[in-house]
Amino acid sequence: MSPGGSAATVMRSPRRAAGQGLLLVAPALLALGALTLYPTLWVGWLSLQRRIPIFGVERFEGLGNFFFLATDPRFWKAAQVTLVFTVASVALELVGGVLVALALRGQRAGARVSLSFLLLAWALPSVVTAKLFEWLYNPAAGLVNFLLGGIALNWLGDPRLALPGLILADVWRTLPFVTVLCYARLLAIPVELYEAAQMDGAGAVATFTRITLPLLRRILLIAVLFRTLDALRSFDLMFVLTGGGPAGTTETLTVYAYRSLFQAVQLGLGSAVGVVVFALVMLVAWGYLRALRHEGLAA
Amino acid sequence: MARAGLPRSLRDWAVLLALLAYATPFFWQLLPPLFPSRLTWEHYRVVLGQSVMLRALVNSLGVGIITTVLALALGIFGAYGIARYPIPGKALLLLLIVGGTAFPQIATVSPLYLLMRALSLRDTWLALILANTSFALPLVIWLLTGFLQEIPVGLEEAASVDGASRPRAFRWIVLPLLAPGLASAALLTFLFSWNEFLFAYTFTATEASRTVPVALALFPGVFEVPWGDIAAASILASIPPVALVVGLQRYLVRGLLSGALRE
Repeated sequence: MSPGGSAATVMRSPRRAAGQGLLLVAPALLALGALTLYPTLWVGWLSLQRRIPIFGVERFEGLGNFFFLATDPRFWKAAQVTLVFTVASVALELVGGVLVALALRGQRAGARVSLSFLLLAWALPSVVTAKLFEWLYNPAAGLVNFLLGGIALNWLGDPRLALPGLILADVWRTLPFVTVLCYARLLAIPVELYEAAQMDGAGAVATFTRITLPLLRRILLIAVLFRTLDALRSFDLMFVLTGGGPAGTTETLTVYAYRSLFQAVQLGLGSAVGVVVFALVMLVAWGYLRALRHEGLAA
Repeated sequence: MARAGLPRSLRDWAVLLALLAYATPFFWQLLPPLFPSRLTWEHYRVVLGQSVMLRALVNSLGVGIITTVLALALGIFGAYGIARYPIPGKALLLLLIVGGTAFPQIATVSPLYLLMRALSLRDTWLALILANTSFALPLVIWLLTGFLQEIPVGLEEAASVDGASRPRAFRWIVLPLLAPGLASAALLTFLFSWNEFLFAYTFTATEASRTVPVALALFPGVFEVPWGDIAAASILASIPPVALVVGLQRYLVRGLLSGALRE
C-alpha cells in the first residue's frame, strides 16, 4: 500500500527511517516543486525580461521593469489602493468580527443560526459575492440605496464611493472568518474567570480589557496575519465587481498585474508586478511570524 | 451581567443585526428569480437551458473532486512522512509548505500560463486540476500533519510490538483516527477549488472547461440580461458551498480552527 512497507519494526535504523520518510514525502515534494517552486523561480526570471508576444519582442532587460514601475504613477496608485483596501478591510473585519463573536457568546439557538449564515457568506465563491453586491449597490433597484431612504447613489460608478463599496463587500465576505475563530476561543474561556472578576467588582469594561481581550490576543494576531495576506493578494472581488474602475480608483496591484499580463499582454511587466505582490506577502508573513514568536516567548 | 462584558439586551440586538446583515442578502438574491410577480422557475429553466451553466457545473464538480482526491492522495503520505519520520531538513520543509499556503496566485499565474500552453493543456480540466493542486497540496499537508501529530505514536508502536507492519498499523490504526481530519481537509480543498477564479479565468477559453465562477463572471451585465437569470446562476453556483456549510459545518470549522491555531 505505501512505500517502505518492508520495515516491520518502527525506526530501527535512523538512516533507513529517514530514507523511508523521504520516499513518502517525495511525490508531494515533486508536485510542489513543479507547480509552486518552479513557477516562482520562473516568474522572477520573467520579471527581468521585456516580453510582448504580439510584437514578437522577447529580450533580457535586467531590472528595467522595476525601474519603470518605480516611476509609474499607475503602479503607485495601485499600491496605494492595495494599502487602503488591506488596512481598512482588515481593521473593520477585526473589530466587527470580535463584536459579533462577543454578542454570539451565551446565545443558544441564535448563535447556531447566525453562525451558519455567517459561514455561508464566507464559503460562497467571491464571484457570487461580487454579483450579489453589484445588485445590492444597483443605483435604481438596489437594497443599499433603498435602505438609505431611496437616494440614488451610484456606488460602483462614483470614484469616491467605489473603494468604500468594495471594502464593505470584502468585510461582509470575510468578517465571519474572524468571528468563527474568536467565538471558538471565547467558548474555551472558563466561566470561573468571569465569576471571580464579578466578585472582585470588575465592571464590564474592565472585564473586557483585563480578561477577554488578553485571552483573545493570540488568536487575533493569527487572524490579522491570515486576513492581511488574503487582502493583499485578493483579486476576484474587485476584478468582477468594479474591474478596477471607475478611473482606476479600485485598481489594486493584483488587478494591475492581471491587466498587464493578459490584456496589455506585457508578460515581463505584469510578472514584475506579480513579484512585487509576492514580496509584499512574504514580507508581511515573515514580520508577523517574528512578532508571533516573540509573543510566544513572552506569554 | 458582567459575564460577557455586554448587557444582555444589547447582545440580543447585536445578534439580530448580524443575522439581518447576513441573511437579508441571501433572500434578496433568492427572491427575484422566484417571485418577479408570481412564483416561477422560469429563470432557472433559462439558465440551465443554456448549456453554458450546466456545462460549467459539471466542469466545476469534476475539477473540484479530482483536485481534492489528488491533493489528499499526495498529501496524506507527505504528511505521514513529515509527522512520523526523521527527515533531514524537516523544519525548513514545513516552513516552505506553510509559505506555500500564502503564495499569491497572481505571481504564479503567468509562468503557469506559459507552462500550460507549452504542454497544450489550455482549456482542459487537467490544467485547472494541476493549477489548483499548487495551492491545495500545501494546505492539505499542513492540516494533515497537525492532525497526525495529535494521534499518539504509542498506538502504532504497540501495534508493531504485536507484529503489525507499518502499512498495516497505518491502515487499521492511524487512518480511522485521521478520518475526521481527512474530511476537514477534503472539505476545504473542494471549497477552495470550487471558488477558485483567477486560474480558471486565465486557463480556460471555451465552455469545455469553464468553471461556474468564470461562467458567472462572463454573464452579461444587468442591462442586457434579466437580473433573475444572474441571480438564478448565482444560486446554482452557491449550492455546493451551502450544502457543505449546512451539512458538514463541524468539519469545516474544525479545519478552519486547526489551520489557524498552528503557526
